[in-house]
Amino acid sequence: MTSPRKIRLSTTPTPEALAELQLGDIVYLDGLMYTAREGVYMRALEEKANIPMELPKESAANFHCSPAASINKDGSYAMGAVTATASFRFAKWIGEWFEKSGAKLIVGKGGMSHQTYAEHFVPNGAIYLSTVGYGTGALLGRGVENVEAVHWHEELGLAQAMWVLKCDNMGPFIVASDLQGNCLFERENAKIAKGLEKVYEGTRPAVLKRFGETDDRSDELIG
Amino acid sequence: MIRIDLIQSTAETLMDKAAIEIPEDYLEGLKAAAAVEDGDLSSFVLQAMLENYEAAKEDRRAMCGDTGCPRWYVKLSNTAQVEGGPVALEAALRRATANATNGVPLRPNRVHPLWRTDHDNNVGIGAPEIEYGFEPEPQGDWIDLTTVHKGGLFGTDYRMLFPSDGIEGIKRFYLDSLVAFGKRGLACQPAIIGIGLGGSKDTCMVLGKRAACLRTVGDRNPDPKIAALEMEFKELGNSIGMGAMGFVGKSMVVDCHIEVGYCHTGGMQMSVHAFCLSSRRAVARIWADGRVEHRTDPEWFTPYQRRETVEWGDAMMAAE
Repeated sequence: MTSPRKIRLSTTPTPEALAELQLGDIVYLDGLMYTAREGVYMRALEEKANIPMELPKESAANFHCSPAASINKDGSYAMGAVTATASFRFAKWIGEWFEKSGAKLIVGKGGMSHQTYAEHFVPNGAIYLSTVGYGTGALLGRGVENVEAVHWHEELGLAQAMWVLKCDNMGPFIVASDLQGNCLFERENAKIAKGLEKVYEGTRPAVLKRFGETDDRSDELIG
Repeated sequence: MIRIDLIQSTAETLMDKAAIEIPEDYLEGLKAAAAVEDGDLSSFVLQAMLENYEAAKEDRRAMCGDTGCPRWYVKLSNTAQVEGGPVALEAALRRATANATNGVPLRPNRVHPLWRTDHDNNVGIGAPEIEYGFEPEPQGDWIDLTTVHKGGLFGTDYRMLFPSDGIEGIKRFYLDSLVAFGKRGLACQPAIIGIGLGGSKDTCMVLGKRAACLRTVGDRNPDPKIAALEMEFKELGNSIGMGAMGFVGKSMVVDCHIEVGYCHTGGMQMSVHAFCLSSRRAVARIWADGRVEHRTDPEWFTPYQRRETVEWGDAMMAAE
């Protein structure tokens, strides 16, 4: 058994640094990272609100996350644990977000499909980092040196707000796509699929079927 | 009479403990899984999780950034009385949920399903859920508070099976649920898998969820044939070839618990639930004399909860 490679990476990474990364590498981040989930995309892309940061100069790292945190009465922040939310749900916004934000690192849970990588990540020279676990919330929380700002919390609520986190050796994250658009999760799925027929031996499909049902175990449910 | 202020302060402590401290039974189960895991990436993930539990306890911060949806299981002894009655009890649990959300802090996950209104405190319409049970033993005036902060939008499913589907059909649906939601680790495995069989659609879901969240790793169903099925299903889940995060490995299932309820003669309802790597549960018993005893085993599924017959001896005698 071999241990994966560990690498420190800036949240405004150079193309060379990104080219170095291989599927399965473990990454620790330094610099500013902002969170963005449904609320931020709807507000920035559908309602065309101005993004309250200078992107990608300040940060090229988009975190599909909302932290366990609160805003104190004096305006300071109590930051607890930090973990990601499943990224596939944001696929419909990702192309436009790349255009607006110039992001190079998309950080989240579970990766995205190889189609999304090919269509949006590769042309933008971006890669996907997955959180580990899920989730190593306390370890990632330790990596947040400071909360620099929380944008749109009044409009979107704390969970959907845009949190700007200053990362100091924040990790671990796993490289789940590379600049060529290869997908770590799909590589693992393919290896596992080979053994599934044997695992299913002696089982039986249900007598009452459901719409859209598949017995192709290589199928994925995300889209 | 059980004091209401003690209920609220204990509930706040439980919210904190559930979010931060991995229960010992789950921790031991995960360590056992990590000891035999030989997939490179899966092993790395399990080691990182073990470090994460330590970091959470050291820093007193939540284990996971998604702190789940807090809910309450309340059990009362047959003679217990709560100061202010059940309405005061529910108010205390709602206050504790809101206070702890800002205090720990937890993530305010709960929003209106359509308008996405967020009170930033995990309280809203129907939230937190509060469910009740009653118990003839042990005698005395006590209340058990169990909080579970189950996470996860993935890993749970329901299906109406039929008697002709048999065990082979149950196995198929079990495997389908693990494979489908295990990919990319969406189920946050290795998990405690709870299976509900029978009841009706809603009770089947309730049984499966309680099987996952209210029984500890290593606990077996008292029906020896169901207990054997639990062991078989644990092994089957771990033979898929999938580990943490959907990487190649053999740790999907830390334990499998099955609960049953009597159902319509033509059906065999089945639900599958996954209680994730951050299996958040904490329990305390509060006595009328002010004693508070903390533990991590909800001890929910007692002989009384699983009773099969019309009458229950002690309850009958007390009524006479």
